[in-house]
Amino acid sequence: MNSGKIIEKKYRERKPDKPVKKKRDRKSYSLSIGPIHPALKEPVRFDLKIEGEKVVNVDFELSQVHRGIEWAGTRRNPVQIIYLAERICGICNICHSACFCIAVENIAGIGVPARAHYIRTIYGELERMHSHILWAGVAAHELGFDSVMYYTWKVREKVMDVMEALAGNRITKGIMMIGGVRRDIKEKQVPMLKEALEYYKKGFGKLGDIFLKDPVIKSRTVDTGILSKQDGLALCAVGPTARASGIKKDVRQDAAYAAYSDLDVKAITPKNLLGEVKGDVFDRIVVRLLEVKQSVEIIEECLKQMPKGKIVYEEKIPKLLAELRSVEGDGIGRIEAPRGEVIHYVKLVGEESPFCWKVRAPTYNNLLPWGPMLMGEQVADVPIIAASTDPCMSCTNRAVVTDGNNEEVLDNEAMRRLSVEKTNALKRRVGR
Amino acid sequence: MSAVKIKAEEGKVLEKTANGRGKIRPEQIVNAFEKKFGKKFSARIETKKHKARKIVVVKMVWAKIDKSLFKEAVAFLCELYPRVHFSVASGYDLGKTIELIYHFAIGFGGSLEEFLFNLKVVLPKKDLVLESITDLIPGALISERELQEMLGVKIKGIPDSRRLFLPKEIPKGVYPLRRDSKGPEKLVRNLNEAGKK
Repeated sequence: MNSGKIIEKKYRERKPDKPVKKKRDRKSYSLSIGPIHPALKEPVRFDLKIEGEKVVNVDFELSQVHRGIEWAGTRRNPVQIIYLAERICGICNICHSACFCIAVENIAGIGVPARAHYIRTIYGELERMHSHILWAGVAAHELGFDSVMYYTWKVREKVMDVMEALAGNRITKGIMMIGGVRRDIKEKQVPMLKEALEYYKKGFGKLGDIFLKDPVIKSRTVDTGILSKQDGLALCAVGPTARASGIKKDVRQDAAYAAYSDLDVKAITPKNLLGEVKGDVFDRIVVRLLEVKQSVEIIEECLKQMPKGKIVYEEKIPKLLAELRSVEGDGIGRIEAPRGEVIHYVKLVGEESPFCWKVRAPTYNNLLPWGPMLMGEQVADVPIIAASTDPCMSCTNRAVVTDGNNEEVLDNEAMRRLSVEKTNALKRRVGR
Repeated sequence: MSAVKIKAEEGKVLEKTANGRGKIRPEQIVNAFEKKFGKKFSARIETKKHKARKIVVVKMVWAKIDKSLFKEAVAFLCELYPRVHFSVASGYDLGKTIELIYHFAIGFGGSLEEFLFNLKVVLPKKDLVLESITDLIPGALISERELQEMLGVKIKGIPDSRRLFLPKEIPKGVYPLRRDSKGPEKLVRNLNEAGKK
C-alpha cells in the first residue's frame, strides 16, 4: 500500500473546500509519531523525514515524562530513595532499586549476606522473564498478530503470579534493602517456583515455534531495522539490542554483582541459535527468547546453590541510616536489567541525603541506535523497529503529517493498520 | 538529525573500534596516563571484594584530569582501548566549581574482566566550557545534551545542542541540578504558577 496516498485521501475528505495542489515541490515529508502510543509503553516523539514510504531521516524528542527523580532523590534519605528508585520504571523495578542499593553498599563497605545475593538474582531473572515475554506480546501486536499477543501474555501471567506469591506484589515489590533483601524465599515457596519453571520449559517450545518459524513473522522481521555491530559499538548500545548485533556485552558476564559471579553466565547472541548475526529485528526476538530460557536455567541453578543464613546486613533501619549518615564517598552500582545495563552513581557526603544521584537506564543508550535502524525503512515498519529495542519510554499513539501549513493527524489506528496491512499482504504472498 | 549525521561522519572511528581486541588491566591504563599527562592526571584504583559463594576482586579506576587536557585524555583512552564503552556522564554543583564524571566501561566480552574508568574533570563556574567527545564516541551525545540542560555546562562542538529531557515550560537559564541562583528553587516554590503565562 502507499501511505502517502492514504494520507492524501484522508486530507481531501476532511477539508473539501481547500484546493489541493496538483504538483508538490518538496520530495520529502515530515512524519511525526507520538508522543503517546499504546504499542510502546512510555512517551517519545519521533520526527521522521519520509520520501514516499522510505524513512530518510530520524529525529526524536523526549521530555514528556521527565519527573526530576534524581533531583527529588537528593532531598530524601537512602532508604526512602530505594522506593523512589523502584518507581522509575514499573517493569524494571527490581533493577533500579537493587542498583541503588549496590551503589550505596559500595560506598559504605556494607557486606551483603550470600543468601541475599541469590535472592536478588532470582528476582532479577524473574523480572527478565516477565519483561521479555511482555515484549514478545507487544511485538506480536505491532505485527498484527493479536491472538499471539494474548497467548504470550497468558504465558506471562505465570511468572507474575510467582512474583506476587513471593513478594506480595506483581510489580513494585519493595523487596530490596541496602545490605540485602527484605523478604526471604521460604522452603515452602520453592515447589511453586519450580513448578513455574517447568511450565516455562514446556511452554518455551510453542513460543519459539510461533516466533521463530512462522514465515510471516520472519518476512516482516528478517533484514528489517538492522543495527550493525560497528554502529552498536560506536553509539554505545546496551542489552539485547547490542547483543542482537553481535556485541557480547552483558553485565552479568562482565562484572561481579549479586550471585552472578558464581554462576558463569555467558552473553547470548543470535549466533547461538542461527549461526550468524545480522542485527535485525528477528535477531532481537531470538536473543530475547533465548534469554528467557537462560533465566529459567539461572533460577534453577540459584535454587540449587542457595546457601542458608541471614538475608540482610542490618535489620534496624534507623541504625542503618545512622551508619550511612557518617559515610562519605562515591559509589557505582551496575546491573543487567531486561533491556540492558542500568548504572547508578551515588555521592554521599556525610549528610542525611546523597549529594548526587545519577540514574542511567538502558534506553538512554539505545536511543541513538534508532537512527541507523530506522533509516531507509518503510513507514509501516516503524512501529516494530521502534519497539524492537524495547524502549522503556512510551510512544506512538498519533502521528501528525505536516505538509507546509496543512496538518493531518494519522492516528494510532491508522498507523497500526498500515502495519497490519503489510502483514496481511505478506500472508497472501506466502499463501497462508 | 544528530544520529544520522554521526553515522555518516564516524567512519574512521568505527574501523578502529571494530578491530580493537585484547585485554587491558586498570594498572596499565593508569600507568600509561601518568606517563603521558604527568602531574595533570591523578588516579586511584579502588579494589573491592565481592563475596557471594566465591570471592571475586572488583577493580575500578577513579581518575582526575585537568580541564585543558580532557579531550586529549579521552582520545588517548580510545587509542589505548578502541572498544571503550561510554556509559554516562554525571555531574554535580559544588558552589564555586562543577565536577563532571565521565564513566567509561573497559574490557567487556570476557568473564568478570570489565572495569569502570571514571574520569573526573573540574570546571570553574566562571568558565563552564568543555569540549565535546562525540567525534570520538558518537554515543556520548545524549549525555552531553543532558549536561548542557541540567548543569548549564557549555559543550564546545556538540553536533546537536537542543534540549533533550527538559520540557519547554522550563524557562531558559534555569538548570535543575544547579545549587546556586540558576537552580530550580524558585520554580519549585511556585509550582502553582507552572504553565501560566
